[in-house]
Amino acid sequence: MGAVAPANAILLAAILFGLGLAGVLIRRNLIFMLMSIEVMLNATGLAFVAGGARWGQADGQVMFLLVLTLAAAEISVGLALILLLQTRRPTLDSDVGNRLKG
Amino acid sequence: MNALFTLAAIVAVISTTMVVTRTVAVHALLYLVVSLLAVATVFFTLGAAFAAALEVIIYAGAIMILFVFVVMMLNLDRDDADRENTWLTPRVWAGPALLSAVLAGELLYAGIAGHGTIVAAREVGPVQVGLALFGPYLLAVELASLLLLAGLISAYHLGRDSGRGG
Amino acid sequence: MQQLLALVPALPLLAAVLLMLAATRIGTNGVRILGVGSVALSALLACRIAVAQIGAGWAVQPFDVTLWHWMRIGDFAPDVTLHLDGLSLVMMLVITVIGFLIHLYASAYLDGDPGYARFFACMNLFVAAMLTLVLANDLLLLYVGWEGVGLCSYLLIGFWYDDPANGRAARKAFIVTRVGDTALISGLFLLATSFGTLSIPSLMQHATTSWPIGTAMPTLAAFLLLGGALGKSAQLPLQTWLVDAMAGPTPVSALIHAATMVTAGVYLIARTHVLFALAPDALLVTGLIGAATLLLSGASALVQTDIKRVLAYSTISQIGYMFLALGVGAWDAAIFHLVTHAFFKALLFLAAGAVILRMHHEQDITRMGGLRTAMPGVFVVFAIGSASLAALPLVTAGFYSKEAILGGAWDSGPSGRLLWCAGVVGAFLTALYIFRLLFIVFLGEQHRHPHGVTGWRIGVPLGVLAILAVVGGGLQTPALLGGIAIMPGILGGVFGSASHEGALALLPLVLASLVPLAGIALAWRWYGGGLASRFETQFTGLLLRGWDFDRAYDRMIVQPLMWLVRVNHHDIVDSFYEGLGKLAQRTHAGLSLSENGRVRWYAGWLAAGSVAALAIAVLS
Repeated sequence: MGAVAPANAILLAAILFGLGLAGVLIRRNLIFMLMSIEVMLNATGLAFVAGGARWGQADGQVMFLLVLTLAAAEISVGLALILLLQTRRPTLDSDVGNRLKG
Repeated sequence: MNALFTLAAIVAVISTTMVVTRTVAVHALLYLVVSLLAVATVFFTLGAAFAAALEVIIYAGAIMILFVFVVMMLNLDRDDADRENTWLTPRVWAGPALLSAVLAGELLYAGIAGHGTIVAAREVGPVQVGLALFGPYLLAVELASLLLLAGLISAYHLGRDSGRGG
Repeated sequence: MQQLLALVPALPLLAAVLLMLAATRIGTNGVRILGVGSVALSALLACRIAVAQIGAGWAVQPFDVTLWHWMRIGDFAPDVTLHLDGLSLVMMLVITVIGFLIHLYASAYLDGDPGYARFFACMNLFVAAMLTLVLANDLLLLYVGWEGVGLCSYLLIGFWYDDPANGRAARKAFIVTRVGDTALISGLFLLATSFGTLSIPSLMQHATTSWPIGTAMPTLAAFLLLGGALGKSAQLPLQTWLVDAMAGPTPVSALIHAATMVTAGVYLIARTHVLFALAPDALLVTGLIGAATLLLSGASALVQTDIKRVLAYSTISQIGYMFLALGVGAWDAAIFHLVTHAFFKALLFLAAGAVILRMHHEQDITRMGGLRTAMPGVFVVFAIGSASLAALPLVTAGFYSKEAILGGAWDSGPSGRLLWCAGVVGAFLTALYIFRLLFIVFLGEQHRHPHGVTGWRIGVPLGVLAILAVVGGGLQTPALLGGIAIMPGILGGVFGSASHEGALALLPLVLASLVPLAGIALAWRWYGGGLASRFETQFTGLLLRGWDFDRAYDRMIVQPLMWLVRVNHHDIVDSFYEGLGKLAQRTHAGLSLSENGRVRWYAGWLAAGSVAALAIAVLS
């Protein structure tokens, strides 16, 4: 069983991060933007875990855990906001967010 | 192990691309779950079994379920998917895609140029993680709990507001 | 008894605060009692302390009262300490006793004035500040008093602020003295940085031990202190404010601009005489300035037609005498003349005030005349004051103090002889102008009839001051005339015993005694009409305007400044900062275009920024 090189995992994290960023920038629908942010956060976590594996330290996974916490909190608030927006003003177009008032 | 890693990596990249490009929200969501599972596999091959388990349980399990519920409540239909299509013209996505590609390229370059010798991953078990979490990172754990509490309260508040304000 | 020293300045200060806070509630009588009573108590206390401290041979037992530590900045730790020695005792007595008399007088003079309480608040504050000035053991505390009296002077010159001219006069006095004060505070900074202390005794000790005579440092310090003294004492070239300061009520002119505040410069130099002794150049300049001021303002006093302006020029001229005495090192003579001058000049001002009051605030002497019959008492005291000012031989206080100064000048080398000549000419001028004033106001035809009578609150101070103006000379007489030495005894502890008593030669004494008589004779002839027509020339106008100092300053300082102001109307320096503001506004306008509320737009810029930052990190 040949061990995996963490460096390759880092490269994968870079690719996933780029894809997530592209999603955030391209999509206008808030729910898709939120998903893309999830992808980006996940890529960050992957980079942390790979780093931890490279040095054989637990810190990488601890950081991943914190990223996970952050994602959970962010998603709960973000989804609540999306629901609110949908009921108040039936569109999820982020480009009309600049008409936000009050 | 290396073959498993390569396979999982390919699955992750493809499914993530699908997440970004789908027009139907539920489809994108399912691809996202696949992507997360693939990343969990990568974690496993890196010897981080604990992180892999968390990825499956919390990310692919809990958070994605949240997404599914919200998408159901949004009551999206055919029209929404069509509108997504009109929004996704090349003129719209070419610039951001280029920007993201450049950023990813830079990161890749840094990743390749950065390491001199390829070192194999070393396994880090849950015991070590637990010791680190409740040792030097105790304060971070407390902060994370507070963050979650804040998320809980704000989600409750926003949700209640929407129910009343209708 | 010594602890009570702090009460002497504290009582007027307390009264001033009470008057400011409760002026409207205590009524006119309350203001009168509080305003006059506080200074009276202060005077009684000062006399009691004087009795306790003066010992055998009139020597004063000096002592310090440290009230509190003021501040502590590194090694610089000034205390609030009051110091009583012969010099400050004399000053304290002059301020409180004459201050009390003038307050009593003012309580009648200002009857019915709407600003009655304000007047007494300022006057009491002035007395407190002046006492702080003379009792301070530390130049920093002295400076507090110094600025305090300047403030009160400003407030009281502009007391009748309804007339813009009075406000202008007050501002002029404040600004011109400020020029001198700038020099003084620079001098204080110099001394403080040189020795790390401003306590006068240790300062003088340091100066004598570490500064050789005639070197640059003591000369510079002495010149800076001299600058402060010139401004406060209205000496050349900062003398222009005092004449305009006559816009204030007459008691103010008597107390502040004749008896006490304007002599603060003399006091300052006498207090720091050790430093001035180290700087012969500064002393010489002091003497020359004194002599020049003496002659120029004496000449100006000859032609004035406003009774108070005559007295104002006379004051400048008499302080010139004191500076002349300081310049030749006759410290005790300067202080002696300060005391007698306080007596007779306060008397003259108060008498002039009595005349003005009964002439319906008429100050022009050409409209007066023949007042001798209508107000004989005022005539007598004015004559006594004039005689004392003119130094009528043997019977007046002014004679003895002037002789002490002239004797000191005569004894101090060739430059002293020159100053002596100036002093004698000045004595002649003094006699001439003051008797001209006396004759014009009190003799001849009566043009207008005075109203009312002079009340006791005006009469008593006049009487007491008249007596002092006569017997004050008994404080110190030349050896030829009894050799009384009360003043040298009191001041001996401060200036050392090397005074000039008795050393006066007979010839200059007789010569200097005869000059005032000649002046009076000439004044009589002039009044008789023989000289007046010949004197009316262009020169008279120049004298009337006080040698055109105001016009010169206007040309040299005010007009260039105004030109600069006009040129700089739109503020050249400010335009740079305005440009900065405009730049910020333009940038704001440009950048706010980018703030369009689109989340993806922001995210795009974030990503672009990351790309750029990463590019720098990766590629470099």
